[in-house]
Amino acid sequence: MTTVRVPTAASAARTGVVARPRGSRVPWLLVGLAVLVVSLLLALVVGPASVAGPAPITPGDVLASGWHHVSAWLAERGLPVAVAENPLSRVRDAIIWEGRAPRAVAAVLVGAGLALCGVVLQAATRNPLADPYLLGISSGAALGAVAVLVLGVAVPLPVAAFAGAVLALLATLGLAGIGGRLTATRAVLAGVAVGQAAAAGVSFVIFSTAQGDSYRDILGWLMGTFGAVSWSSVLIAAVAVVVLGGALLGFGRTLDAFSFGDVAATALGVHVVRTRWLLLVLSALLTGALVSVSGAIGFVGLTVPHVVRLLLGPGRSGNAAVARTSAAVGGVFLLWADTVARTAFAPLDVPVGVLTALLGAPVFAILLMRSRRRGEA
Amino acid sequence: MTLLATDLTAEGLGYRVDGLELLRGASLHLRAGTVTGLLGPNGSGKSTLLRVVVGALPASAGTLAVTEDGLAHDLTAMRRRDRAQRLALVEQDAHAEVPLRVRDVVALGRIPHERRFGAADGAADAVVHEAIERAGVADLADRSFDTLSGGERQRVQLARALAQQPRVLLLDEPTNHLDLAAQLDMVRLVREVADAGVAVLVALHDLAQAASLCDEVVVLHGGEVAAVGEPVAVLSPALLAEVWRVRGEWVTGERGRALVVSPL
Repeated sequence: MTTVRVPTAASAARTGVVARPRGSRVPWLLVGLAVLVVSLLLALVVGPASVAGPAPITPGDVLASGWHHVSAWLAERGLPVAVAENPLSRVRDAIIWEGRAPRAVAAVLVGAGLALCGVVLQAATRNPLADPYLLGISSGAALGAVAVLVLGVAVPLPVAAFAGAVLALLATLGLAGIGGRLTATRAVLAGVAVGQAAAAGVSFVIFSTAQGDSYRDILGWLMGTFGAVSWSSVLIAAVAVVVLGGALLGFGRTLDAFSFGDVAATALGVHVVRTRWLLLVLSALLTGALVSVSGAIGFVGLTVPHVVRLLLGPGRSGNAAVARTSAAVGGVFLLWADTVARTAFAPLDVPVGVLTALLGAPVFAILLMRSRRRGEA
Repeated sequence: MTLLATDLTAEGLGYRVDGLELLRGASLHLRAGTVTGLLGPNGSGKSTLLRVVVGALPASAGTLAVTEDGLAHDLTAMRRRDRAQRLALVEQDAHAEVPLRVRDVVALGRIPHERRFGAADGAADAVVHEAIERAGVADLADRSFDTLSGGERQRVQLARALAQQPRVLLLDEPTNHLDLAAQLDMVRLVREVADAGVAVLVALHDLAQAASLCDEVVVLHGGEVAAVGEPVAVLSPALLAEVWRVRGEWVTGERGRALVVSPL
């Protein structure tokens, strides 16, 4: 390696600064896990007293009953474990483990996945207003779901919603790819067109056929809700978040390269068009899977990445860090939002999407005002 | 690491978009260790040529090859990573509001050298450190890119390109929007990079600057190469009048020859 150095007193003094160690990631991982576990425990014990009976369920009860199930499961498989006693009654046990637990876990997974998709799409399209539903995916999924809820198509709802999302994605990418390369702008515009078309379809189906109670079902699903979540839908969300989300997390530095524009990214050896297709498809499939579980919950994917960038501060907002942190914040945030939505208006189970929109709108307004103060808007 | 003396040869490069021929039959030869100036008025095709060479725009005609120790490699057939290990580009305006630490921006230059899934290459830290030092941005290393001035950004972009350890460095008007001291700084840095054995192609607007910096200049006019050669020979009054519509003459002062330009 040939070096051209211009040694000066100043540059010599600077060299000490260069090797500054970076903050370790491990403590933050532990902090995140601790917050998540505590949040999950609290979310499980919070609930209307009338359902649970006069005595409140404590976190200790939940842990003990959890251990009861684990030890029973282990003993069944012939392991030498004494089956612990379950402190919860049969009804309470079902409320916790069949009702609240899958719901809480689904909220964490959906929140994490949506926030992650938001980060990826905002960077890949260089559009700070990009959200996971950018490519018409939520409307496509809604069309699939409405077909089941209203028209009575004999397919499980998550399957229909996912199929609708994938069809919308294909339509968007097909439209964006016609007669030119896939630029960020073309993808966004095509997404708007497909989303509008699917939304029109949804409105028409509802308007022409829905009656009575199905309105509330549909509205709940369109706003996004965990009211009908079961362990099988948790499995869908978990597989999607682990596989697709895990793959997306590996693209942090590529996304950093994207932020300097397509030409700069190409000069850095990134195959811009191919990578953008891949990122759009991966995040759309993840979004489609999440929407099939909960409906299209708004503002999490849009707002959480911005809040996280603000929290991390300038200079530490590489896309890898923002993506990791957003997933954590999004997961815990949606868990709390759903816990509030489930309990605050009991016995009414308000769709959590109503709450996230209610919280997201002012938060976004504050972010806009801050960015204007910094002279960016 | 031994350095390969790398030359770049472009023959008959063309670029066509929407029926417009922005580049036509452009040929040039960049030699290791020299600075070649890419000159021409606005819209003459300088940026287009640089983008075609770096692979951001597809050539519609012509060949593009690098010669490493006598062996020619077709650049257009090369994987993007391999191409980016040889060629780096410093773009004109870095107006991207990227909230990344300067050190991390420079480290992006290691992307083409990394193995799949971002596993760092062994030399990364040392190379990034050296690129930061060479571009003179050590005191900015922990600042956020979006807080930097235009001149600082330009030097950070140069550092990122150096971290790619390119054999061919392309720069698109690196002195634009810089104050005089910063311009001289950039010119000195470019010269140093070439002296280290890199083939440099730099698009410039300031002809006097080009004349003092470049070993050779390529003049583009309407998407075609109008002249190639040593600055003093090429930048003749006749050519300046034809291409730029200005009057130009070389004056010899006590500090060497300089180009003086005035209206026709």
